[in-house]
Amino acid sequence: MHIGIDVGGTNTDAVLMRGRTVLAAVKTSTTADVTSGIVSALDGLQRQRAFDPGQVHAVMIGTTHFINALIEARRLAPTAAVRLGLPATASLPPMVDWPEHLVGAINGRSYLCHGGHEFDGRHIAELDEAELRAAAADMAAHGVRSVAITSVFSPVNAEFEARAAELLAAELPGVALSLSHEIGRIGLLERENATVINAALRELAAHIVDGLAASVAGAGITAPLYLSQNDGTLMDVDFARRYPVATFASGPTNSMRGATVLSGVDTCAVVDVGGTTSDVGVLQRGFPREATTEVSVAGVRTNFRMPDVLSIGIGGGSLVRGQADAVTVGPDSVGYELTSRALVFGGDTLTATDIAVAAGAAEVGDPGLVAHLDRGLVRAALDRIAADVADVVERMRTSAEPLPVVAVGGGSILLPDELADGGRVHRPEHYAVANAIGAAIAQVGGEVDRVFAVEPGRREAVLDEARQEAVDRAVAAGATPGSVTIVDFDEVPIPYLPGNATRVRVKAVGDLKVED
Amino acid sequence: MSWTLTEEHLADLARGAALLGTGGGGDPHVGQLLVRQAIREHGPVLVLDPTEVADDALVIPTAQMGAPTVVFEKLPAGTEPVAALRALEYHLDRTADATMPIECGGINSMIPLLVGALTGLPVVDADGMGRAFPELQMETFSVYGVPGSPMAIAGEGGETVVIDTRADNARMEWLARGVTVRLGGVAHIAEYAMSGADVRRTAIPRTLSLALSVGRAIREARQANTDPVARLAEVLADTLYGHLRVLFRGKVVDVERRTEAGFARGRARVAAMGGATGQLELVFQNEHLVALVDGEVRCVVPDLVCVLDAEQAEPITTESLRYGQRVTVVGISTPELMRSPQALATFGPAAFGLPYAFRPVEELVPA
Repeated sequence: MHIGIDVGGTNTDAVLMRGRTVLAAVKTSTTADVTSGIVSALDGLQRQRAFDPGQVHAVMIGTTHFINALIEARRLAPTAAVRLGLPATASLPPMVDWPEHLVGAINGRSYLCHGGHEFDGRHIAELDEAELRAAAADMAAHGVRSVAITSVFSPVNAEFEARAAELLAAELPGVALSLSHEIGRIGLLERENATVINAALRELAAHIVDGLAASVAGAGITAPLYLSQNDGTLMDVDFARRYPVATFASGPTNSMRGATVLSGVDTCAVVDVGGTTSDVGVLQRGFPREATTEVSVAGVRTNFRMPDVLSIGIGGGSLVRGQADAVTVGPDSVGYELTSRALVFGGDTLTATDIAVAAGAAEVGDPGLVAHLDRGLVRAALDRIAADVADVVERMRTSAEPLPVVAVGGGSILLPDELADGGRVHRPEHYAVANAIGAAIAQVGGEVDRVFAVEPGRREAVLDEARQEAVDRAVAAGATPGSVTIVDFDEVPIPYLPGNATRVRVKAVGDLKVED
Repeated sequence: MSWTLTEEHLADLARGAALLGTGGGGDPHVGQLLVRQAIREHGPVLVLDPTEVADDALVIPTAQMGAPTVVFEKLPAGTEPVAALRALEYHLDRTADATMPIECGGINSMIPLLVGALTGLPVVDADGMGRAFPELQMETFSVYGVPGSPMAIAGEGGETVVIDTRADNARMEWLARGVTVRLGGVAHIAEYAMSGADVRRTAIPRTLSLALSVGRAIREARQANTDPVARLAEVLADTLYGHLRVLFRGKVVDVERRTEAGFARGRARVAAMGGATGQLELVFQNEHLVALVDGEVRCVVPDLVCVLDAEQAEPITTESLRYGQRVTVVGISTPELMRSPQALATFGPAAFGLPYAFRPVEELVPA
């Protein structure tokens, strides 16, 4: 057995699973300290289906706690950014494009030092140890407790980041070190930003992870604890302490991953219909397609591995206006006031939920309160919702192939059984706890993102080398060797460079090695 | 008319420069940050109308050359374009009175502004491409007899190289490309030094102003919830780029890319939606070169083929084109200076190996 827990901003959901079968599922409120919410969720599981804690082989947790801490700019550590790249890069120092209040919230300090690589692996400059020691002394004098180290082209060669980390660890015992090549991909400012954010969250991560471990242990569970990452794969507790930033997008990812397990469809569009919005993402072979553009978090440009999600303002609380011949749904919503303002709950506002109840698609509140609604209006509103959602699904498609649709979330009752283009809508059981299920079934992965010089006739050999490296990384992260497969592959030639310089991205994923 | 460029102009200028980049020219984002930093530290930049440059003034254009992907990772030291300019001044034994863009599309709209902010030199409101092109000889300067040589190239370590191939601008491009690779894939350059009189004779005038007003028009139309493309057409009507034609609206259904001789070449297809029929095909080499609708040429280089996001009219680069995007493809006419027989020989369809004769977009697609 294993347990999946999703700690969201509002709800903490938990599921007890055997393999891919859900044995118990509960929804509780998230608490300010996170841990007591988890304790009550575990109690809830125990009450629903008594289990022997000793038989639990793994606990997987997805949480939005760290991204929320950044957005609210609270509990962030005094942080320094060390960049290895002089004499290049001096024009735009670290945090140059950050909102000022956030730089203040982390007491951000920058150090530009020598080092870095060219695209082809040559050194821009050698590492200057005296320069780094002087920087370390200045950090100590200013109370820096966490350091982000970013070297130019470290995704191609990480040697300078590793050497600088070794030196700073000796000079600044007890200070946390975050290395950019383990966090982001090519794109210096964006990768550096992600690394600085990670550094600023390190102390909070240690605190929260200890709390999570304690509450799980408190329930008598001795199994290892994992946290879900942005890409749907797992990291162990030790990694989570060092890389809290890797949890940032685990919410939508887990809901999509849960949808694929519940429905048994591994390449599909997932529509998560909430109270205010519908979020549409695409799963390719069971993993969310990632956004190709820079993602801004709390006003900072990053290149996190984030799922590509498109949202529209249609949810269970969306306001419905107009007549049968010209109806609108959303984008405004009654939100959390649904249970007081919707007609079926005795309120005075016509919402999408009222339409679903009137159409017999849902049993919520008092159906008698919507019996008077014009049939034509109800039909028109449902058609509007179906057309708008179908349009978003269509936009998310990457090929002309038909794409099945899996609907999850409380508002998925609003969707028809079939969308335009004949796409069938799957509506799996347990759709309300898809997040926790997604956390519970996460796998482990390894990724390579580098510029390779592809000599004539060597293309296949180079690509094989990249694939093998990704597989090796997945195994190193804890995957069962035989289960690892390549789930994502991308090859982009770089113009104006000789030797067919090509940026190759490969992601390999396998099952977590646990007894079950 | 001359004007002063401040930090507030940069976002609009970058958006307009991306549009004039016709899918290439490099993302102006890094360039925008560079200029913003320099303006914050050194103050605003004087943008000089070409009519206000003295006949015998020395204008030295500055630019970045190399792979956009490298620029994202190896940011400049910031001193390189000024170092290139100084090296060329030293070589010529003359001091520059102004700098100028060689390319108003993409990141190279920004580099001379960085130089202007750092040195206090004015920046001439003109350029030598009137858009973005992949090679240094593809310049109206070159077409109308201004040699690119001598040219100076600078790296981040303060090192400079001077290349002099006399009148052979294509050979200058070839040698400079080799030096750029040795410098790590990106370098900054100063070239096509010329007199004020030559600027007026060979440059496309007021293209920085054009980029700014294009970017501003798109933003203001969005804010007012009006059609950005219609607003764009109105703004362009009063410029040398007088005709905007909507070539197609639809959805990207296929993108094919490959690298050949160091260029990102490829094709994309856009299909009509909502019951309409027809298909648009784009051919690109870093920049969009031609748009065909149902096999017929509707807009061809040097006229501008611009792919815009259908709702926000945000320019889309060839690298970020992907299946499913809703796009509006527009063709924009270019100034006569870019359409003469000599100009077409240098950067018309034949220069890119395309089997089409040039015809102006306003003739191919009547209003």
